[in-house]
Formats: sequence, structure tokens, C-alpha cells
Amino acid sequence: MEWFDNGWGLSLTVFLPLVGAAVVMALPRRNELAVKSTALVFASLSLLTSIIVALRFDYGDTSQFQMGTDLAWIEAISSRFHIGVDGISLPLLVLSTAITVLSVIYSWNHWPEPHNPKAFLVLMLVLATGMAGTFVALDLILFFVFFEVVLLPMYFMIGIWGDRTKRRLAGLGVEVEMRLYASIKFFLFTLFGSAFMLLGFLALFFKAEPNTFDMVALSELGRAGVFTGTFGFWVFAALFLGFAVKVPMWPFHTWLPDAHTAAPTVGSVLLAAILLKLGTYGFVRISLPILPQQAQDWAPAIAILAVISIIYGSLACLAQTDVKRLIAFSSVGHMGFVMLGIATLTDIGINAAVIGMVAHGIITGLLFFLAGSMQHRYHTREMSRLGGNMKLMPVLGGILGFTAMASLGLPGLAGFWGEFMALLGSFNPLDGLNLGVFRTAMVLGAVGTVLTAGYLLWMLQRVNLGEVPAEWASKEFHDADGFELAAWVPLVLATLIIGIWPKAVFGATNDAVVSLVERTFG
Amino acid sequence: MFLAAEEGEKVELVGGFLAEWAWLIPVVPLVAAAAIVFFGKRLPYKGWELAVGALGFVAVYGTALLIGHAMTPMGFEDHVTLVDAGTVPGLGDLVLEWGWTVDGLSIMMYFLVGVVGFFVFTYAKGYMEGDVRFTWFFAAFTLFAGTMLVLVSAPNMIQLIVGWEGVGLSSYLLIGHYWEDMENVWAGNKAFITNKIADIGLFLGVIVFAIGAGSFRFLDVFEAVESGAISSGFAVAGALLIFLGAMGKSGQFPLHVWLPDAMAGPTPVSSLMHAATMVTAGVYLIARMFPVFDAPAVAGDIRWLLITIGVITLFATGLIALVQDDIKKVLAYSTLSQLGYMTAAVGAGAYTAGLFHLFTHAFFKALLFLAAGSVIHAVHSNNMSDMGGLRSAMPHTFRTFVIGSLALAGILPFAGFWSKDEILATLNHDGYTAALVVATAGAFVTAFYMGRAVFLTFFGEYRGQGQPHESPPIMTVPLYGLAAGAVFFGFLNVPGLYTGFTDWVTARVFVPQEYHPESIDFVVGGIGLLVALAGIAAAYVLFFRDAESQAARDRFSIPVLYPILENKYFIDDFYMKGIINPTRLQIAAAVNWSNDRIIDFAVNAAGVATRVAARFVYDILDQLGIDFGINAAGAVTGEAGGALRLTQTGKVQQYAAVVVAGAVLLAAGFIIFA
Repeated sequence: MEWFDNGWGLSLTVFLPLVGAAVVMALPRRNELAVKSTALVFASLSLLTSIIVALRFDYGDTSQFQMGTDLAWIEAISSRFHIGVDGISLPLLVLSTAITVLSVIYSWNHWPEPHNPKAFLVLMLVLATGMAGTFVALDLILFFVFFEVVLLPMYFMIGIWGDRTKRRLAGLGVEVEMRLYASIKFFLFTLFGSAFMLLGFLALFFKAEPNTFDMVALSELGRAGVFTGTFGFWVFAALFLGFAVKVPMWPFHTWLPDAHTAAPTVGSVLLAAILLKLGTYGFVRISLPILPQQAQDWAPAIAILAVISIIYGSLACLAQTDVKRLIAFSSVGHMGFVMLGIATLTDIGINAAVIGMVAHGIITGLLFFLAGSMQHRYHTREMSRLGGNMKLMPVLGGILGFTAMASLGLPGLAGFWGEFMALLGSFNPLDGLNLGVFRTAMVLGAVGTVLTAGYLLWMLQRVNLGEVPAEWASKEFHDADGFELAAWVPLVLATLIIGIWPKAVFGATNDAVVSLVERTFG
Repeated sequence: MFLAAEEGEKVELVGGFLAEWAWLIPVVPLVAAAAIVFFGKRLPYKGWELAVGALGFVAVYGTALLIGHAMTPMGFEDHVTLVDAGTVPGLGDLVLEWGWTVDGLSIMMYFLVGVVGFFVFTYAKGYMEGDVRFTWFFAAFTLFAGTMLVLVSAPNMIQLIVGWEGVGLSSYLLIGHYWEDMENVWAGNKAFITNKIADIGLFLGVIVFAIGAGSFRFLDVFEAVESGAISSGFAVAGALLIFLGAMGKSGQFPLHVWLPDAMAGPTPVSSLMHAATMVTAGVYLIARMFPVFDAPAVAGDIRWLLITIGVITLFATGLIALVQDDIKKVLAYSTLSQLGYMTAAVGAGAYTAGLFHLFTHAFFKALLFLAAGSVIHAVHSNNMSDMGGLRSAMPHTFRTFVIGSLALAGILPFAGFWSKDEILATLNHDGYTAALVVATAGAFVTAFYMGRAVFLTFFGEYRGQGQPHESPPIMTVPLYGLAAGAVFFGFLNVPGLYTGFTDWVTARVFVPQEYHPESIDFVVGGIGLLVALAGIAAAYVLFFRDAESQAARDRFSIPVLYPILENKYFIDDFYMKGIINPTRLQIAAAVNWSNDRIIDFAVNAAGVATRVAARFVYDILDQLGIDFGINAAGAVTGEAGGALRLTQTGKVQQYAAVVVAGAVLLAAGFIIFA
């Protein structure tokens, strides 16, 4: 298996979906079964190789990049095909391959209009390659390529299979079709950020001696204090824009509610579960190690924006009438906790951030699956028209209740650790950071947990509980079917397992995080 | 062994076989709860047998531990490391662990939860017969027992939080058991949110202590507070935050508002959770952390606050009980009032007295709720105005309810007399005279509203519908079981004669420093008893004869005071109209508005402005690579037509345009930096 450990394992994980996309493209569009099976096979193979990677990973040495390779790629700009995983990226890699498989399974007989499973699955597989690639890339250009590869499929998914209702833009009087508006907004917003990010990458490249895009080499230079002063400030700012849009942090978040709400179910799931993590991962993998001094300068500002995201996102949730938009806004708040953890620049905070990313991916992914299935049945997302879902569909309703509890951070379920430990980390941030800012952030973050509980319980009240409205009383509803359960039950189990046994994630992340903090800020 | 130790010292206590296996105490109910969810419906008794079996196990194990503890005091804890959670700068590693504590305090609680729980679960089979969600009810109820035991067994604060939120979840689920009715859902939400607000305190308090001590373990925290490793200021702040958490769970003023509404849950739930055990978790937590609350560096600063909150709670909520018609609400306000006694006691440093009242109260209040449930079962109404004269129709319920009432009112020789007397005597000894006076006045109020409840329910003429019958044996036998506790358990701690209870609960690693009465305080006890008898007499005069009771109630309607009490001091209204609704409606709407009209407006306006600018440039300069703006704007307005056309023609150009834009910026950047 030496070949596997020398980069092939990771490469297969990343590129099998892309191969799958090519194969699916060659299949006749009419033969849906073949299309779906092929997609499922390739997605599953990717998951399988990522699991083998996780099994062969040396957990005694999680701070080192493992299972990777470093090959010549674009010689002209000395960009290399440098990949590898450490304890921080491994959980996210497995999460991304797993969510892809579950999305294919869920899609099996839930096709949004205008149908066309072939095109949809091709996009999903390309997306899978982009997501997995971002988590293994150790070269900035490679990272950028994967980061951007993610954009196009998602753009098409929203633009073609998205929500066709029309909406008038507040204050401008322009009427737009949601899928077109949301997809363009998503695309341009992200591109806006990543243009600056690329600029930052290039600046680092030219500043480094010798010129390099290699993250490991750049981190060493960063620790040696090469990227400081005004230069460092502007580079950090450029990277910040790129990642903060993706997270998204307040006030760069407005693409998110529209994109999540307009996207087809699987699109929303992938957006929430994986795409948002590309931003937070970028902070941990690139911004912090390469620009440690700037990270410390910016940390209080990031903490403040994080707390605004928490409070603002939760309050906005309370105002939503559309269940999917509510879940979308909840991501703003939850990712705020992740960013708060990162901003502390401590072991606890960054551990909290990684487990928070994984937990949010699992829980919010599941919430979007559930919201999609409800929309599929009720043909509405307006909570004022729903009610008594628990009576009509006890299994779906029960899972919704469970997931809402997980989302509000109930201890014993996955969501608790990220939230609580982010607060814990904020009490004592890295030496030299402003204690007043971080402790205030801690208190406000704790207030945010109350608001979070508030909107989730209110959502359950309006959707799940109460009498069945007359509109639905006489209709026949099918409770969760086999494909749905196959997609959901693994997420439910993961929520439980990580909740009860957080070592499932910390076991991989802890040493890597400790070493990162030690080397970077020690 | 522990008897030789001076108070305030740490002692080495032993474990033993029973202690080592005590992890089964929380695990068995949790497994049973899961099993009920998955297999309950297929079992002959629909899952009830698993539930009551689990509680029976806890009762037997708890009793065995108590007997063992009485012979050889145990002070044991064990831990399983779950994960090393990383380092706090300058303070060392924080480790997440799972563990279990077997010492005097936790053994008392195991016994209490097991025995009271067993009776309530037995009763619940009769009470819930025919319920639409019978199996689910027992799953959630058993989940409660399991999480409560997780809370009680916790040797560290993370596990405590897990149990703490777990009982909160069970409470939410069971208050809203009949969720078809929105009233009940609101009640569940209210309980959850009120507790969540208090949990801000619990979470932050835990963080303060954990970081100060570098450990989540209680024993390490106690060491750190004692040694001064946690500075006095942080210890005081931490204790206050923890107390805020305790105030939520134990319904202390002004966070008491959720408990009366929680009566929406089925009566067995009110009995076990919202009277006997769950709501005492806050008092338990203060007792568990007594070495912190009682530390010299802390006690001086916070004692007055705990006593004040406790005393306000005991008196203010007791008064509300006077005007309730719903028998469960009477008992709920009474529970709040008794929790006030407990809080005042542990707050004043009377560790044993507070716990003793917690212990006896669990039996007689669980009994009162179950007996009230039996009445409700018979008359199909919660309101005492629909009851009356049930003495002859329901003799078992009547007898046990009266026993419970006498115990609660503090009449010699029932359990409540001894435990309340111990609180009063300790307040007296420690010189908290004002608190003593209010607490004694509270005893009058207690006796008065219980007398009123007994007279309105069981005496006079029946005022309800149909013909009430006594409940079946599965419900009445547990009443007698709990009544035995209400009668006899007061004798577990009679100063000067037998003080077994004191020996049990003070046998723990950190022996609490406190005053133990050497003999009965006859003056305080006598006054307490006289006041209670006076309360019953007053109730007799006003409410004994049914024909006059309506008039009596009118006479009782003291102007000004009565509307204030009926409206619960307007606190609920203030919360709803002053905080909850403004947040939920106005503030949330304002945030959403700012999102759409300010932030997003800027984004959209930038898009539109780009289009306008692009049009201008396009018209004048003719296709100079500003397709980006055109397309963006086109998409925004939907002018670009169908999705496919857009997606197939638009974005590649846009993408190229932005990359070009990036390159321009880049070049600018290099010029600046180079």
C-alpha cells in the first residue's frame, strides 16, 4: 500500500469524482439508472478511499502532512502539485466525501425541476472534486484552483434547478427570479472575495525568497517574520476578504440566505455542509500560519465581527417566515462561533472551530435535507401554513426535532462542543490579545445561544407541533422513504457519536492544533 | 473514619465494590430509554416495564449504597478520559472526562431519585393508561431519570452540564407532551428559554472555574479555591454565575416564571420532575459546590444575595399559591416557595438543613402531586372549584393527601416539621433574624394554602361533573409508599437524638463547615408549629364549609393585593411584553429590515450601479470589456432571459472579466509594494 500512502490515496479521493463526471457525461441521458448508479459508485469510491486514508493516517503524528505528494506542476510559476492531510484537514475531507455520497443517495428520486439527473450529477461530482481538493491542497495556486472549481457547479445548480419564484428587491423596485438572482449573487460575491484572495497569494509569492506558492514553505517564512508591516496588513486584508465572504461573516453574508434558499435541496446541503467551511478552513490553514503577526493584530476585529454574526444571525432567524431561509440564516450565527474560536488563536479555540465546522456540516446539512423533503411534500416553506408535522410525518418530524436540538447546542450532541469551547477559549485568548474584547465576546456569544434556542424552538413550534392545519388535514402524506432515511440516519448517528465521544474529531485535530499554535504563536 | 475528621478538612474515603459499579446508575435508565424508543411498542406493557424496571434498579442500588454508606462512609470517584481538549495559555491542559461520584451527597440523591421515581413510575402506568403517546411518554420520562442521574453522578462540570441540559430537554419534551395544544408548547418553550437564560450563568461560571483550576473536576476546583489559585474576585464572580444557573433550574425569583406553566405536563411529570427532583438540581449544585460557596473568600460577598433571593422566593411565591384555583398551580407555587427555603438555607451556610428539606420535600411533594393527580383523574378538572367533598368518594387519596399536607405545613411529627425546623433553627443560630422572621411567616402562608386546598378539595359538597371514583390500586399504593416517607423520614435527623442524615450527607471529601444543632431549638420549633397551626385554623375558618366558601373567597379578595397576586406581580407580563415580544417581533424585524434594506441594498445597488455605469461606458465606448457589469446587471434584472441562455453565455465572460480585474488590481499592488 505504499503507493496509496504516497499521494495516490488522496489523489484518488479527489479525482475519482471527476473521473466519474466524465464517465457519466459519456452515458446516454435517457438511461437514468445507469447515470445514477455510476455517480453513486464514483462518489462511494471517493468516500471509501478517504476512509482508507483516515484509517492509514498516523494519529501519533497529526501535525505533519501525511499521505501526500509533492510533484512538479506548473513550472513557469513554480506552482507544484503539493497535497497532504493533517489532523485539521482530515475530518473535513472525510466530511466532504461523505456528504457527497449522502447527497447522491438522497437525490435518487428527489429531482428538482427541470429534472435532468445527468447534468445535475455531473455538476455534483465536479463539485466533490473541488471540495475534497481544497482540503488537501498545500500549494496556493492548487488551493485557488480547487476553491474556484467549487463555484461553477454550484452556480449552475442554483441557476438551473433553483427556486423559480419572483421577488422584488427591497428599495430598488427591480423584480428578479430568485434562482437567477441568487446564483449570480453567489457567484459574484465569492468571486469578488477570491479575486482579492488571489491577489494576496500572488503578493506572498513575489515577496517570498525564493518565490513559492508552497503553504508549508510560506508558513516557515511567515514564522520567520518575512511578511510583516504594511505588506502583511494588506495581504491579510486581501485573504480576509476572500475567506470572510465564504464563511460568511457579517456584513459579507447577504449572498448566503438567498443562495441557500433558492438552491435545490442538495445544493443547499452542500453549500451549508462543506462550502462554508472552505472559508474558515482557509483562515486556519493559510491566514494564521503564514501571517501570524497580522492574525494577532486582526484577531479582536475578527472576534467582534464573529459576535455580531452570532447575534445578528440569530435575531434575523427570529424574523423569518420561510423555514429554509431560517435555517440559512442560522448558519451565519453558527459560523460566528467557529470564527470566534479561530480568533482566540488558542488550542481550545481552534479545536472548537474544527469540531464546530464538522458539527455544523452534519447538523445543518441534515436540516436542509429535512427542509427540502418538507417542501417536496407541502410545496411551501411558509411556516405560517405548516403545523402538526409531527402528526402527519412522525419519523421526519422526529428527526427534525432531534436535529433542531443538536443545532441549538444541546450537550451530548455534536453542536455543543464547538459552541461551548469557543466560549471557553474566549475567556483566555492568546497572550497579548485584548481580554476585554474577548470576554465581552464570550458573554455576548452566550447570549447568542439563548437566541439560538429561541428561534429553533419557535421553528419547531410552528412546523412540527400544534394541530394539523385544515389545508393538510385531508391530504395523504408519505413519511420519510428509504432513500431519505439512508441519507439522514448516518448524519443522525454522527451527531450522536461526536456528541458523546468528541474524540472522534479531537483525536485527529488536537495535536495538529496544539502544534500549529505552538509553532505559530508560541 | 470520617467522624474523626474535623469539619472543613479533607478526608480520604473509601469506595468498594458497590461504588465501583455505580456507573450503572445513570447508564441503566439511559439504555432503557433508548430501548423504549426502539422496542417499547412491541412489549406487552408498551415499554412501561422497562421504565419501571430501570427505576426499580436505581431504587435498589441507591438503597444498597445508602446502607453501605451508613456503615462505612464512601467517598469515591472514578473517571474515564474522553479527550484531551487542548491547552489554555498559561494554565495547562483541559481534559474532558466521564466519571461518577459516590459520596454522601450523591448517594442521597441516587436514593431519592430511585425511590421516589419508582413510586411515580408505577403510578404513571395507571395515570397514563390510554394516552396517545404512552410509550413515548415513558421513553422521555426514563430519559429524564437517566440524565438526572448523570447530573447527580457528575464529578466534573462538563458532565454536570450534560446532565443539566438533559433534564432540561426531558422537561421540554414532557411539558409539551400534549403538543397539539399550543398552550402546552408555549409552556415548554418558556421553561426551556428561561433555563437557557440561566444557563448563561452556568456556562460562564463553569468556564471561570475550569480555567482558574485548569480542570473541570469539582475536587480540583475546590482545591484551587481553597489554595487561592483562583483569586477571590474570580471565585466570587464564578459563584454568582453558577448561582444564576441554579436560580433557573430551581425556580428562584425572578426566574421562577416557568415552573407554574410547566404544570401543563402530565401530573406524574409534575410530581417527579417539577417538584421532587429536577427542580432541586439548582440547590443540589450549590450543595455540590458548597466548598466554593462557603469558602471564606466567597461566602462573605455572596451569602446575603443567596439568602435574599431565597427568602423573597419563599414568601412571594407562597402568597401567589393562596389565590390559585388550579390545584396543581397551588402545589407548583408551593414548590417554588419550598425551593426558596432550601436556597436560603444553603445560602446561609446550612448545608445539611437545606439538603434535609430537599430530601423530605421530595417525598411529601411528590405525594401531594400524585394525590392531586388522582383527584384530577377522577373529576377531569384541575380546578378546585370543580372539586369538593371528595373525602368519602376517594378515601385513600384523601388520607394520603392530608398526610402530605401536614408534612408540608410543618406539623409535628411529620417530615416537613423536622426539616423546616432545622432551617429555622440554623437561621436563628447564625443570626439571620430578618430571614428567620420571613421564613416563619412563610410557614403560616404554607399552612394556610394547604389547608385551603384540603378543605376545598375534600370537604363540603361536590361541585364537579359526574360521579368521581377512587383511583385503581396501581395509583393508590404508590401514594401510601410516599406517605410513609412523609411520615417517617423526619426522624432521620432529630437534633440530639439521631442525626443519621447529617452523617450521610456530610461524608464527602471536603467536609462542609457548618453548624449542627445539638438539641432541638424548642423556641423556634414551637413558634414554627404554632404559626403552622394558626395557618390551618385560618384556612378552616375561611374555607371549611363549602356553602360559604364562595363568600369566603370573596372576603379573602383583599383589594389591591388580590389582583397583584392573581397577576403574579405582573412579572410574566413584563417578560412577555417587555422582553420576549420586542425581541421576537420588533428587534428581529429591525435586524431583518437592516439586512434587506441596508446591507443587501448596498449590494444590490452596487450591482445596479455597475449596470448603469456599464451601459454608459458601453454606449459611449462600445464594448471595451465591461461585459461583466452588463451581465451582472442583466442577471439582476432578469433581462438576460432564460436560465440556460444566461448560464451558457454569461459566466465565462464574467469569470474572465473578474480575473482580468484581478490582474489589474494585482499589477497595481505590485507597483505599490515594489
